[in-house]
Amino acid sequence: MRYSEVKMENIEIVLRAETLLEQEALDFVKSDGSGGVVLFTGTVRNMTKGKKVMRLDFEAYEPMAVSEMKKIAVEAVSRFELDKMAIHHRVGILEVGEIPVLIACSSAHRKAAFEACEFAIDTLKETVPIWKREIFEDGEVWVSATP
Amino acid sequence: MNLRLICYGITKDILGGFEKQIEVEDGMTVGDLKKELTGRFPDFEKLKSLRIAINTEYADDQSILSTNDEVVLIPPVSGG
Repeated sequence: MRYSEVKMENIEIVLRAETLLEQEALDFVKSDGSGGVVLFTGTVRNMTKGKKVMRLDFEAYEPMAVSEMKKIAVEAVSRFELDKMAIHHRVGILEVGEIPVLIACSSAHRKAAFEACEFAIDTLKETVPIWKREIFEDGEVWVSATP
Repeated sequence: MNLRLICYGITKDILGGFEKQIEVEDGMTVGDLKKELTGRFPDFEKLKSLRIAINTEYADDQSILSTNDEVVLIPPVSGG
C-alpha cells in the first residue's frame, strides 16, 4: 500500500506511507463559515517507560483502517456539528519526531472543534486496526498487546 | 470447513505468519473460533483482547463464519 484515501465534501481520510503534512489537513478543513480550527498532531516520542525508543513501525489492515476512520469522522461531524474533519494516518517506519497521525476539524465555534478532535483521537485508539511496534536498542515490542 | 485467517500485529508472531489456513467445524461462530485458537495457541491468553473482523467489519461472538469470509485477527490496536 502506498496511498489510500476517502474524500467526501466534509471528510477526508488518508492512510499512506509518505510523510504527513499539517498544512494539508488544515487546508482541507478550513472554510469561511468556521470560527475555529483545531489540529491534533501525534508525534513519535523518544522514550517509553524509561526506555529509549529508536523508531516505530506501523502496520494497518488497510481497507478496514480507512473505513473505521471514516466512521469516526462521520460520527464526529454529526455529533459535534462540525464543518469538516480530516484524519490522516501514516504506516511504515517512523523516526522520533515524525508524525503518525493528524486530526483536523473546523466548526463555527471552538468548543465543538476541541471536543470533536479529542473524541476522534480517543476513538481511533480504540477501534482503528492499526498496530505499532516500538523498536528499542535491545529489542522490540507490539504496543499495548499484552497487559 | 477451511478458514483462511489473516493476522496482524502480535497475532502474526503467535501464528507464525501473515496467513494461516485452519480446518474447523462448519458453521463455527466467532466465539468458538476464539476458544479454538486459544486452545491451539495458548499465547492468545496473554493478549489484552482479541477481536475478529469478518469482511472488514468487527464481528460479535455469535457471528457465524463461512469458508469464503475474509477473517482477520485483531489484537489490541495501537494506532495514533
